[in-house]
Amino acid sequence: MADYTVSKSFDCKGLACPMPIVRLSMEVAKLKVGEVIEMLSTDPGSLADVPSWAKSTGNAILETKQEPGLIRFYVKRQK
Amino acid sequence: MDIEKELAEIKDKLNSAPGMENKLSMIVFSGDLDKHLASLIIATGAAAMGMKVVLFYTFWGTAALRDPAKKVGGKTFMGRMFGFMLPKGRNKLKLSQMHMAGMGTAMLKGLMKQKNVASLDQLFEVAAALGVQINICEMSMDLMGMKKEEMIDYPGLKVCGVATFLADAKESAVQLFI
Repeated sequence: MADYTVSKSFDCKGLACPMPIVRLSMEVAKLKVGEVIEMLSTDPGSLADVPSWAKSTGNAILETKQEPGLIRFYVKRQK
Repeated sequence: MDIEKELAEIKDKLNSAPGMENKLSMIVFSGDLDKHLASLIIATGAAAMGMKVVLFYTFWGTAALRDPAKKVGGKTFMGRMFGFMLPKGRNKLKLSQMHMAGMGTAMLKGLMKQKNVASLDQLFEVAAALGVQINICEMSMDLMGMKKEEMIDYPGLKVCGVATFLADAKESAVQLFI
């Protein structure tokens, strides 16, 4: 278990490409730099897309948890 | 040699080099539903990735920007014919394959709803919210007798020509043609 506090959670369950990334970018824009958000997704594509998004936008994924039928991402706003 | 001066010159050159901006320029040429879906998924995805996005609608693509609720008069005979033959707006587009007299297209739209894939209506809404710029080719519109007054209400919708597209494309890191 990593050491961070989640300041917000948002739900992308059921959404398909490109909506998880679109929602993520909108939610992260509302965070302050350094804050962490939890993203819930059921889209298998987001396993590849969220890291790509983070790499391209310069934000960080602290943790990815896979449960049956659910993926949790913990994303930190870096800039 | 003045190193600082030289460094500034190199920086200047780098910044004005083609394709340096984190920006996507896309030509939307096709009038097919599937290709319009692809173009908007890529456009909204790119905007979400923090890229500036400019879509240039030309030729058959322009008909997708028509607003079915708007009527304009003063068209020539050929303009009226084109207006009649071309899809009146994004919700009248057909699949490029397996349209099957409407059955295939209806089936795909049903599947999209079932799988919660965003429709063109939703994607245009998202694109507007993310600041995706839409430009329409003036020449295509004129050729097919379309008028700006019959186009959708979209923030910043602009009518322009090839030079505007090229100016955008030149500074974009990604250019696409759909």
